Amino acid sequence: MTLLLAIITGVLYAAGIYLMLRRSMVKVIFGLIFLGHAANLMIFTVGRLCKGAPAFVEEGAMQAVEPFADPLPQALILTAIVIGFGVQAFTIVLFKRTYRTLGTEDLDEMRSTDRLPEENP
Amino acid sequence: MSILPILPVLIPFAAAILMLLLANRTAAHRALNLFSTLLLAAASGFMLQSVVADGPMALRIGGWDAPFAIAFVADTLSAVMTCAAALIGLTTAIYSLGAVDKTREHHFYHPLLQLLLMGVNGAFLTGDVFNLYVWFEVMLISSFVLLVLGSTPRQLEGAIKYVTLNLLSSAIFLAATGMLYGMAGTLNMADLALRIPHVEHRELMQVVSVLFLVTFGVKAALFPLFFWLPASYHTPPVAVSAMFAGLLTKVGVYALIRFFTTIFTGEDAELAHRLLLWTGGFTMVTGVLGAVAQYDVRKLLSFHIISQIGYMVFAVAIHSPLAVAGGLFYMLHNIAAKTNLFYMAGIMKRLGGSYDLRRIGGLYRPFPLLGLLFLVPALGLAGIPPLSGFWAKLLVIRAAMETGHWTLAGIALGVGMLTLFSMIKIWNEGFWKEHPDSGHDPADSSFHDLGPEKQAMMIAPVVMLALVTVAFGFWFEPVFALVDHAARELLDPARYIAAALGGAQ
Repeated sequence: MTLLLAIITGVLYAAGIYLMLRRSMVKVIFGLIFLGHAANLMIFTVGRLCKGAPAFVEEGAMQAVEPFADPLPQALILTAIVIGFGVQAFTIVLFKRTYRTLGTEDLDEMRSTDRLPEENP
Repeated sequence: MSILPILPVLIPFAAAILMLLLANRTAAHRALNLFSTLLLAAASGFMLQSVVADGPMALRIGGWDAPFAIAFVADTLSAVMTCAAALIGLTTAIYSLGAVDKTREHHFYHPLLQLLLMGVNGAFLTGDVFNLYVWFEVMLISSFVLLVLGSTPRQLEGAIKYVTLNLLSSAIFLAATGMLYGMAGTLNMADLALRIPHVEHRELMQVVSVLFLVTFGVKAALFPLFFWLPASYHTPPVAVSAMFAGLLTKVGVYALIRFFTTIFTGEDAELAHRLLLWTGGFTMVTGVLGAVAQYDVRKLLSFHIISQIGYMVFAVAIHSPLAVAGGLFYMLHNIAAKTNLFYMAGIMKRLGGSYDLRRIGGLYRPFPLLGLLFLVPALGLAGIPPLSGFWAKLLVIRAAMETGHWTLAGIALGVGMLTLFSMIKIWNEGFWKEHPDSGHDPADSSFHDLGPEKQAMMIAPVVMLALVTVAFGFWFEPVFALVDHAARELLDPARYIAAALGGAQ
């Protein structure tokens, strides 16, 4: 299971980075989303997998019986998913608005803020 | 347990909520913005005073024991940084009264400023790595919105670059946090400092520390990672640029300092420390060279932000008490001087009609006092005595020489000269030479259309920050004592750890 998740994480990272290097804005958004998912899966995997053993404390007992899954990585991922969702929604709206205003979705054409202004204005 | 460490987060949060409830009353927004930043300044000042007197303090939320509770920890560094944030928040609030247009104010400009301050202060005060990630996101999302507020084509284009690269860095941050938890089993900074020397597979810590270096390197705009900054900082209104210039990159530097003095020390981060040293050098040089080529005042100043970050970062990487104190002093000096120059750029644009230095000129003859006022932060930044930048550069370069980093000391001196060159360039082009359009009447500009009240609102913050620059220069002793105290606390984190972990120790 760990191996499978590790491979999936790697594939997600590779796909995310590949997409981010493309010139189309839509692909960049997908790249960002993939990277977010890859990071979440990675937290899940490196936080040690423990199948079918939630960290519940039995009635009457003072603490959970080992082995139990560490709940903290799951809490981190939940938080990260919520934050990622908000940020991605903003990014999509931003990209859409930019496409409407500038009339292009080719990132190579968006150079006006980097260029030095003309010599004789 | 005192509630003080969370106040600098709660005050702007409460103010932002109140403003959102009073959605359509711009006048109330303005008043609340001023009131909240004043309150913030008072709370931060009080916190600084008690931290210096009694040592670091911590607040563990929900009554949980350390290291499980969500912790806010204030040591001298954090307290000093919140004071700086409050000062920049206050001056920006005043400046915005004069400089920001009605439409933006109506579209929640003021609450966004408060939310940005909340994120910045949260990042300064949190004692937990994952919470740091969350505060970074709070800060980022408010800065995204502030950056595009108004939606001009240039703003949108700049924002695309800013947003994409910052989200990439957040993704790396998240992954690095996960790896750190997987290895150390905790994310509480103080607890990490204790546990990292005893983890299994310790050599992997090098990878984690370099990942954090990359993350904060993007946020702080270090050498190969800074390209989002000059692409976006000159696009929003100048009040927003000034606030970003003063605070956002410094949060990245703060995180670098916190991680590479408190958490990763010694051999775990040897590679990261060495990388930090040399990227610091490259950052200084590339930033200042980029600035020399520019004619847009705001772009020129944006490149200078990068160059100055280099000084702070390499000072921190040298890691001697004097160097860290010098880096902190540099940061404080830079926050005041850099923000001030952006405010000044806004005034120059309104008087001369353009941000492009080739299109303006002749501002000195009609406004000699303004010229003098510009020279204070400009010469301060370049390091002319007796202003604050002189002491900052002196400390950093002396620390580099004492530890035998001769090349870097030489680079720092050379870069200082180029900084002086670009400041003189702004002065020559903006104030000294004749205005290229001979029919330009300096008494008939968009600045004069504002009316005396708004003009005063734009000038007052410049005067305030210029006074800070001068005061840091003339009363160097007490400020140095403060940063020296902060540096010693950082290099010997025992007191920080004891305060953060409290009774669990």
